[in-house]
Amino acid sequence: MNSGNTEAKLWDFHGGVHPEQNKLQSTMESSAPARMPEKLILPLHQHIGAAAEPIVEVGDQVLKGQKIASADGYVSASVHAPTSGKVIDISEHPIPHPSGLSALSIVIETDGHDEWIEYRAEQDYTETNPSHLRNIIREAGVVGLGGAGFPSFIKLNPGSQKKIKTLILNGVECEPYITCDDMLMREDPQSIIAGARIMRHALQAEECVIAIEDNKPQAYESICHAAKGIAGLRVARVPTRYPQGSEKQLVQVITGKEVPSNGLAVSIGVVCHNVSTAAAIYRAIHLGQPLISRMVTITGAAVKRPRNLEVLFGTPIEELLQQCEVESKQIERLVMGGPMMGFALHDSSLPVIKTTNCIIAVTRKELGLEQAVMPCIRCGACADVCPVKLLPQQLYWHSRAKEFDKAQEYDLFDCIECGCCSYVCPSNIPLVQFYRFAKGAIWTQEQEQKKSDQARERHEFRQTRIEREKQEREAKRAKKKAPRAKKAAAPKAPPVDGAKMAEKMRDEAMSQRDSAVEARKAEIQAAVARVKAKKERATVQAGDATSITPAAPSKGDADKKNDSSSASDNNEQVQ
Amino acid sequence: MPFNTPTSPHQLAPTSITRVMVMVMLALIPGIIAYVWFFGWGVVINICIALVTALSCEALILKLRQRPLTPSLSDGSAALTAILIALTLPPLSPWWLTVIGVAFAIIIAKQLYGGLGFNPFNPAMVGYVMLLISFPREMTSWIPPSALADNSLDFLETALFILFHTLPDGVTFDALTEATPLDSLKTHIALGNTVDEVRAQLGLDEEASRVLSVIPIFGAIGGKGWEWIGGGFLLGGLWLIYKKVISWHIPVAMLGSLLAMSSIFYLIDPEHYATPMFHLFSGAAMLGAFFIATDPVTAAASNRGKIIYGCGIGIFTYVIRTWGGYPDAVAFAVLLLNMCAPLIDHYFKSSVFGHKKG
Repeated sequence: MNSGNTEAKLWDFHGGVHPEQNKLQSTMESSAPARMPEKLILPLHQHIGAAAEPIVEVGDQVLKGQKIASADGYVSASVHAPTSGKVIDISEHPIPHPSGLSALSIVIETDGHDEWIEYRAEQDYTETNPSHLRNIIREAGVVGLGGAGFPSFIKLNPGSQKKIKTLILNGVECEPYITCDDMLMREDPQSIIAGARIMRHALQAEECVIAIEDNKPQAYESICHAAKGIAGLRVARVPTRYPQGSEKQLVQVITGKEVPSNGLAVSIGVVCHNVSTAAAIYRAIHLGQPLISRMVTITGAAVKRPRNLEVLFGTPIEELLQQCEVESKQIERLVMGGPMMGFALHDSSLPVIKTTNCIIAVTRKELGLEQAVMPCIRCGACADVCPVKLLPQQLYWHSRAKEFDKAQEYDLFDCIECGCCSYVCPSNIPLVQFYRFAKGAIWTQEQEQKKSDQARERHEFRQTRIEREKQEREAKRAKKKAPRAKKAAAPKAPPVDGAKMAEKMRDEAMSQRDSAVEARKAEIQAAVARVKAKKERATVQAGDATSITPAAPSKGDADKKNDSSSASDNNEQVQ
Repeated sequence: MPFNTPTSPHQLAPTSITRVMVMVMLALIPGIIAYVWFFGWGVVINICIALVTALSCEALILKLRQRPLTPSLSDGSAALTAILIALTLPPLSPWWLTVIGVAFAIIIAKQLYGGLGFNPFNPAMVGYVMLLISFPREMTSWIPPSALADNSLDFLETALFILFHTLPDGVTFDALTEATPLDSLKTHIALGNTVDEVRAQLGLDEEASRVLSVIPIFGAIGGKGWEWIGGGFLLGGLWLIYKKVISWHIPVAMLGSLLAMSSIFYLIDPEHYATPMFHLFSGAAMLGAFFIATDPVTAAASNRGKIIYGCGIGIFTYVIRTWGGYPDAVAFAVLLLNMCAPLIDHYFKSSVFGHKKG
């Protein structure tokens, strides 16, 4: 049995870069709680999946930890009140999201008492059924804290037939500037280890590996110390390289296995969670506390006192910047997440949400002069650093030329948007931006294709219906005519012929009707199937649906899912 | 407080095309020093003429294409093309030869295709080949290594000759010039001599050669002087690989295949085929391997592709040198493989992560 800091074999991943770390600045001081703001703005969509449904009303008094919005569907997460106070508004508010759009949010006016709701802790998780553990974690609104915010309980479900070999706890934090996981590992390793044990139990995983990059020696020591003597738990010190924190790359480094292009780590018996998520799970199970706050790194050259703060969700970012003594006038860009994959916020009044791991107030000087974009000289530096072994150059040419089919031939949708190619490009071409553009355009095309398909189907259906009705009318007429004809013909014409004819006509009419009925049945079935597929798609698209999602998505849908969630999903992977 | 929202990444490595080009130019310095040492100041004058021509032509065409001047002129690509062409010309080339070659390279081979990054052929090699085909006499009138020549020109005399075609009294152009080692060897082998006979005739030490009044052109391993120039370029090239400005694939593949080809034929028939070392350290082999074939714009992109590309250049270089009509062949080989680069890229892609098994 491995325990503590055993050095085990590590594997390599292709490419990667070594950007300037800039991590030291924010680790000079120990973390501290952020000041309680007057108002908390809690978006109902802080995670991947469907937005939560509010269960409080304007004017309600809420207690700390009280559920204020309930998960809507499988891939969704509840939202809890981070402190006690009064709900003063439930309406659309701007949220921190690359789109810059608004979303329904609950605004709580804090009362300063910080009064907890009654909660109940699990006495002994080992006695608890894994499925029950997952329910508690789901109720506590725990999502992946690395950056994407995928509901954690789903990734703790190994599915019925899958055996989980390795649970990897991601303490890599390969993005420059971010140190929230680093600080948490230094200051509270016990929670992480306790969380790791719960997760291992929930997954029934054979072993657990905590991966930490070698630029965090204090965190490594602290975790090793806490993990000492625990069977089946191993700490791996991995050489610093971006984007090692990306899930698929980390799985390769730790296990030597490649996660299939369209698959998930779970398909090769590996599950990956962030270290902060482990701590949150510990609090949910052992303390009974829902996820209401997180560690956030406030850094950047415009911040005079860069540090990590324990922040209640909903806290406006400007309050944090004030607490860390920011020089607002110097801020050139406000980035949420790391400099490689984070996105620029359009306003400092946006609230901290579950996926906010870092706020960087970047100065103009820090960015350096914006370099002119030059033509591609095909130097291939991008291909050398691509962790997915794509040919970024070819992707660029085809994306630029809007040859989307060719871009897809070069596996555009395998791109994790880690930014390594843009980082090294001597011509300063915003490569990732081109890929995002191409992906977006392809999705739009697909959607339009789907729409036109539906329109065609509807049209065809209408045509068949009109045809059918016409036939039915004719059949009716024929039927009415037939007895009359029979009566009229009986004395004159040979009865056999008339009867025969009438019979034939009736048969024809009947068969037409049958076929019409059958066609109708088929149409109904098709419609039902369509609705079903649509629903499935909605679930799948809503989040990083995994193969463990109840409605197992078809292959095409799975592809789609990978794509649609990639932008935000990767954020988590590469935190 | 509102902010701009550009997209990630928000941090960029401190690289630029200018930096790459400047590093390549710096790496050329050891070779150029050896050049000046053995062949006099002509090459420096040629470089200056070429630089002025290249930048003027680039500026002219950019103006006509209504493109901003500064980014393209300061990227260093035109300057590098100019230097490379100057290094391939005979040291006593008349000024107009350099001007025509460089102008053709910049205007036709580079700018008319769309400028930097869009040219399918290496502009320097297009310029060189155009000159070689159009002005074969001027292009093959090399001078012997100056340390060994009776009449070597000083800087001023060289400049006067290049610009005004005037020579000091009592010196004739024919007395100054001499074919390159590759050229002489080819000529002599064609005349029926064996490699050893040629070496015996032309590889003598100074004393003996003065007595026999022939100019020795064979050095210890390659052409006299040429081996040092090759060594200089090799040194610069290794530095570029060390600095990760170029990858090792193309130079290793090109020199490796040239070595393999020349070894095979040398082992089969040492009388009629020059030694492998002679091939590596004569002519443009080293310059080509590290500075010309590695031009990323016109080379294959993937690492496996680069190896195929480099091997192709090495093989063609040997084939044309040995059996073709021209003494050196790096330029032709590079252009031939430039043509193949897109095809190579099409067939040699790396396997994408997670796509290994189906």
